[in-house]
Amino acid sequence: MEDVKQMVKELAGKYGHSEKGLLPILQGIVDKERYISEEAMVEVARELDISAAQVFGTATFYSFLETKPTGKYVIRVCKTISCMMKGKNDIIRELESVLRIHMGETTHDGLFSLRETNCLGQCHKGPAMLVNDTPYAELTPEKVRQILCDIRKKEFPGN
Amino acid sequence: MSEMINLTIDNVPVSVPEGTTILEAAKKINVRIPTLCYHQDLCVAGNCRVCVVEQKGTDRLMPSCAMPVSEGMEILTNSLKARSARKHVIELLVSEHRADCTRCYKNGNCELQELSSEYIIGEDGFIDLIPYKEYTIDHYSPSIIKDDSKCIRCQRCVRTCNELQKIGALAVAYKGKDMKISTFFEKPMFEVVCTNCGQCVNRCPTGALTEKTYVDLVWSEMNREDKHVVVQTAPAVRVALGEALGMEPGMIVTGKLVAALRRLGFDSVLDTDFTADLTIIEEGNELLQRLKKALVDKDPAAKLPLTTSCSPGWVKFIEHAFPGYLDHVSTAKSPQQMFGALAKTFYAKKINVEPENIVSVSIMPCTAKKYEADRPEMRSSGYKDVDYVLTTRELALMIRQAGIDFASLPDDDYDSIMGESSGAGVIFGATGGVMEAALRTAYEVVTGREVPFENLNITPVRGMDGVREATIKIEGALPEWSFLEGVELRCCVAHGLANAKKVMDAVKAGTVNYHFIEIMACPGGCLGGGGQPIPTNEEIRRKRAEAIYREDAHKPIRKSHENPEVIRLYEELLHEPLSETAHKLLHTNYRARDRY
Ligand code: SF4
Ligand code: SF4
Ligand code: SF4
Ligand code: FES
Ligand code: FES
Repeated sequence: MEDVKQMVKELAGKYGHSEKGLLPILQGIVDKERYISEEAMVEVARELDISAAQVFGTATFYSFLETKPTGKYVIRVCKTISCMMKGKNDIIRELESVLRIHMGETTHDGLFSLRETNCLGQCHKGPAMLVNDTPYAELTPEKVRQILCDIRKKEFPGN
Repeated sequence: MSEMINLTIDNVPVSVPEGTTILEAAKKINVRIPTLCYHQDLCVAGNCRVCVVEQKGTDRLMPSCAMPVSEGMEILTNSLKARSARKHVIELLVSEHRADCTRCYKNGNCELQELSSEYIIGEDGFIDLIPYKEYTIDHYSPSIIKDDSKCIRCQRCVRTCNELQKIGALAVAYKGKDMKISTFFEKPMFEVVCTNCGQCVNRCPTGALTEKTYVDLVWSEMNREDKHVVVQTAPAVRVALGEALGMEPGMIVTGKLVAALRRLGFDSVLDTDFTADLTIIEEGNELLQRLKKALVDKDPAAKLPLTTSCSPGWVKFIEHAFPGYLDHVSTAKSPQQMFGALAKTFYAKKINVEPENIVSVSIMPCTAKKYEADRPEMRSSGYKDVDYVLTTRELALMIRQAGIDFASLPDDDYDSIMGESSGAGVIFGATGGVMEAALRTAYEVVTGREVPFENLNITPVRGMDGVREATIKIEGALPEWSFLEGVELRCCVAHGLANAKKVMDAVKAGTVNYHFIEIMACPGGCLGGGGQPIPTNEEIRRKRAEAIYREDAHKPIRKSHENPEVIRLYEELLHEPLSETAHKLLHTNYRARDRY
């Protein structure tokens, strides 16, 4: 709790105490904590003297501002029309079956979260997805399996 | 002087100042353009597009509420193109709306319903999306029901809560098809900063935000032989109730109100104005005592400025937003709650009824009063002091249900005791009224003379400016108040919580130095309360205020301390202001609440 307070104070010190600071502060929290908790939002509201509901409204508007705890790797699959036509549903099916979670959920080991998102600007190379900040395009189910495998290997070198 | 712009609307020439919107210009020549997201009290949002009109020579339609006029425009408000676009907009709104009119609380008083009937929205428009939508209905608050399935996302509520109240309990959350009006983390309304003021309820064009109604419960209590149902009526109800029953704004209907309540079957018809007078005695004396402690005894615990406490929306606001300032709030209960505490003690004894058989109902211009009556502190009689709170609108509904022709009712008088009031009690219903009433009494207590204003009308504290200041110099103080001789009493009046926040920010910053602050949560004070007839807007508030001051001027007694029934109450029960009994029944305390 105190840590959250401190973190938000520092971010507000950096980005300012006006509403202009709201987005960068929220991004800063996501960078540090992966998601914006209820307590963090209340502190942001306090620092900027705006309502907590307004902070919540802003946070839920942007796909990249998580408001629920997420895994270490957030996978965001583009759901927009071009990727849809190029077969994003197969990609999602593959992700869901390998990770054994549904869209929107997080794996038990806390490693992966699965999300849909809007156009990632890779339309000519769809279907596309992001894993944290890394984009992957021209996906196939095989490629998806490989990407997940590589991450697992990196996280558990022993296995 | 701004430039005049000439245009035609539906081929009628009109000339309006630069900056006027097409909607306002049309109104000037009595052309009504339908609107949904637009509201006179709020900034323009321009999001619903129901108000579209056609401009000759262009192929675009434009939202008339947001578009300023320009020279030579030829506007068609009712062209085929405008009409069909409008109809599509309404059809689309309805396709995402749980259009369940026969079972809806707003049935018969709903802007969306009116428009749908005007545009003959049949059953074969767009497909009904409601079965595929997830929505929440929040019933938990004692004051307000929020039903997302009825929401058309016009955002009047969001703007109300942000602009007029500066609370921001409601915000737009998520986006696209998931977009909704949400509290912080979608918590129930009663858990968040919402003050229950009901200003959003008063402006919601649909049934998405409504008061929680207790009408049926009150009917069944009245049906019980063993119960004695006591009703009290707030000052602002008598200048607004008529509007909800087909009368013009600004009519005083006190006598008809009393007659109607008797016809409905209330056993004792009494007046909150009586306890408004009582509030003045208690709060006025609290102010004087505090001044003494602060100025003479230099007691650091005696906090100045003292603020009023009769607006439960304001009380909850300060508990959330300025929890460090709770000892500035007068401990005097609101008139409603003083009344409730006395109804089940003093009054019950007078009429020889066991307190458990008294049902205490109040008619209020306010939705926050429902919540106030539910506060755990409000049980001084040993029972729930006020059992049910009905808004002005709910009372109008009961009167209609009972088939009473309100306009033709003969005037009737309140029962006694606790039915008598002074003009000072009446003006509680207007912003500045509590201040004026308190000054009429306090000045006289201190000097033995009437306030030095013509006809007791303390005009500097009247009016509709958001924050008003007044200074009254005390001259010729009686010996026991000699420490106040020459003191300039600095007063401040604010209405609407956005203005309350301004004042409190200034108090916190130390840039102002008031002795006494009156704050009402709603714009215009209680007369503009969230439970008042819909619509409420600036012009209607002004008319209600004029009516209130007319009522005051015609009262034989104009000062709270001269109310004979109040004097009797002190003789028989309370003995003196701030006595132990007074503290037990008439005072309360506050608690700090969360920031969200
Ligand atoms: S909100 Fe209006 S249109 Fe919707 S169901 Fe209720 S009365 Fe009908
Ligand atoms: S709750 Fe009412 S006022 Fe608020 S957006 Fe929905 S329909 Fe409009
Ligand atoms: S009742 Fe008042 S405080 Fe609550 S959401 Fe509505 S406008 Fe805001
Ligand atoms: S549509 Fe998928 S990246 Fe643009
Ligand atoms: S009333 Fe003009 S856009 Fe809604």
